[in-house]
Amino acid sequence: MLSKSQARTFFLGGTIITFAIFLGLSWNSLSNDVPKQTNPQNLNEQVVRGKHLWESNNCMGCHTIFGEGAYYAPELTKVFERRGEGYIKAALMAKTPWAPRGRKMVAYGFSDAEAADLVEFFKWVGEVDLNGFPPKPDVSR
Amino acid sequence: MKYQSQKVAYWFFAAAILLLSLQIVYGFIMGFAHMGYDGLHSVIPFNTARAVHTNLLVVWILLGFMGAAYYIIPEEAQQELVSVKLAYIQLISFLLVGVVAIIGYHLNYWEGRKFLEIPRPLDWLVVVNVLTFLGIILATLYKGKKRTTTSLVLVMGLVFAALLYLPGMIWFDNQTMDSFFRWWVVHLWVEGVWELIMGGILAFLLIKLTGVDREVIEKWLYVIVGLTFLSGILGTGHHYYYIGVGKIWLIVGGIFSMLEPLAFLAMALFAVGMYRKGEKKHPNKLALYWTLGTAILSFTGAGLLGMAHTLPQVNMYTHGTLVTAMHGHLAFWGAYGMIVFSFITYALPNLTGRKLYDTVNGQLAYWLSNIGMLGMTAAFGVAGVAQVYLERKTGLEFGAVQQEIEVHFFVLVINATLFATGITMFIVEFFRFGKPNDEALGFEERMQKA
Repeated sequence: MLSKSQARTFFLGGTIITFAIFLGLSWNSLSNDVPKQTNPQNLNEQVVRGKHLWESNNCMGCHTIFGEGAYYAPELTKVFERRGEGYIKAALMAKTPWAPRGRKMVAYGFSDAEAADLVEFFKWVGEVDLNGFPPKPDVSR
Repeated sequence: MKYQSQKVAYWFFAAAILLLSLQIVYGFIMGFAHMGYDGLHSVIPFNTARAVHTNLLVVWILLGFMGAAYYIIPEEAQQELVSVKLAYIQLISFLLVGVVAIIGYHLNYWEGRKFLEIPRPLDWLVVVNVLTFLGIILATLYKGKKRTTTSLVLVMGLVFAALLYLPGMIWFDNQTMDSFFRWWVVHLWVEGVWELIMGGILAFLLIKLTGVDREVIEKWLYVIVGLTFLSGILGTGHHYYYIGVGKIWLIVGGIFSMLEPLAFLAMALFAVGMYRKGEKKHPNKLALYWTLGTAILSFTGAGLLGMAHTLPQVNMYTHGTLVTAMHGHLAFWGAYGMIVFSFITYALPNLTGRKLYDTVNGQLAYWLSNIGMLGMTAAFGVAGVAQVYLERKTGLEFGAVQQEIEVHFFVLVINATLFATGITMFIVEFFRFGKPNDEALGFEERMQKA
């Protein structure tokens, strides 16, 4: 039967080996995948300002991007492709809560420039290669 | 309790359940909002309720862990805490930071990254606070007579948890990088080092409650935490499937995530096995209920339900839907909520010297909260699966789908009411014990002899 010191070796050995592999894979992802899949050359000031707005208003508290966030409001990874600039800006600049089908969004009343920053952020987000996410509906109605 | 300084744990537990009740209130706000009743929207919009709900969760669980550590370490190291005063300061300042953060969330002041919403200046205060906590624990352990495996695993978990907070504080322009490192905190906490903390607490409880030889229990503790890291570290890959990094993670994440339930299975088998093997009859039956309950439900919620949507082919559709909320609720409750409750139930009689061991209220608290949470999980599951099929498979518009599944939130709220009733009974019991006092020194030993 396994002794205590063998059990400890299993713990320490397993941890060190898997952590080393994890670090290696992470290094590979950050140095090879990120440049290929996320178009870092397009990360201009506007996109970064958009990301700041995205975070400082906790948009992830209702929405998701890359499938991450909360499940109260629509997935926004492909929102630029789906809705276009006009619709997005209207929702962001509204002075009263935007409420499609009655579910209310906070009325942020962003300026035109801020809304444009967020649109640029969504455009960049929509172009990231996400290994096929979000899936295309494949059951016919 | 054997050492006077252990009394500080009581106040951490009191703070933890106080914050839990607040967390439940915000949960109800969201449940009703999902049903279409969002009357509080102008004061507490959904994103505020959501940030408060999840952050309170993290804070009360951490308070529970800290309280448990302040109780366990003196007993394991056979040494009073080096500074009780500092421990109280640490508690109060931790609560203050939490309160400021929560008020901030109501005023649109936050960092807005899921689970790590605390604004940056407050992050630094958290760091100072946690360092103080670790300082007290490590100094006590260093001065102590003994360094047991249980205490070392517990402390290792706490130190790593603190270190892993740091990658979440780096700013990235690139959302993919941001998300990549955010999971170093969130995933490696809950599917890594928190399991170490849980394992340490579980081992301590089993040693005390079953009377099985420490050497046997600690050997299995190593196996369990070994399995945790073996599967959990590379299991981080399941968060990297669809965020803009390579497909290698689909394979690595898929395989190692499938192994993640093993650690929880081992924990469940271990707890039940030790219970059957134990000859000692500890009078605190409720604590044993909670301990076995957490071992089994963590396997169900964190292990099995996590595995259910972690395969890349499944996750492609369930990622970012209410299926995640289904898994999240039972996982956090079963693994971390319940281990804290186990510990509180075990420690309260010892801290206060009152033998309210097997009360009706206590039993009701156990059954109502667990049945309520299982019902909530089912409601989330039904809503989530319906959402996946309607939205992701047939392409129905988000809002239309949400209206279709509103009814499941009615079921959710009913079950949440059961859960909240159970928690209320637990709190009532908590206050019946009264405050910790020095007459309780040696109480556990006296009771066991009697």
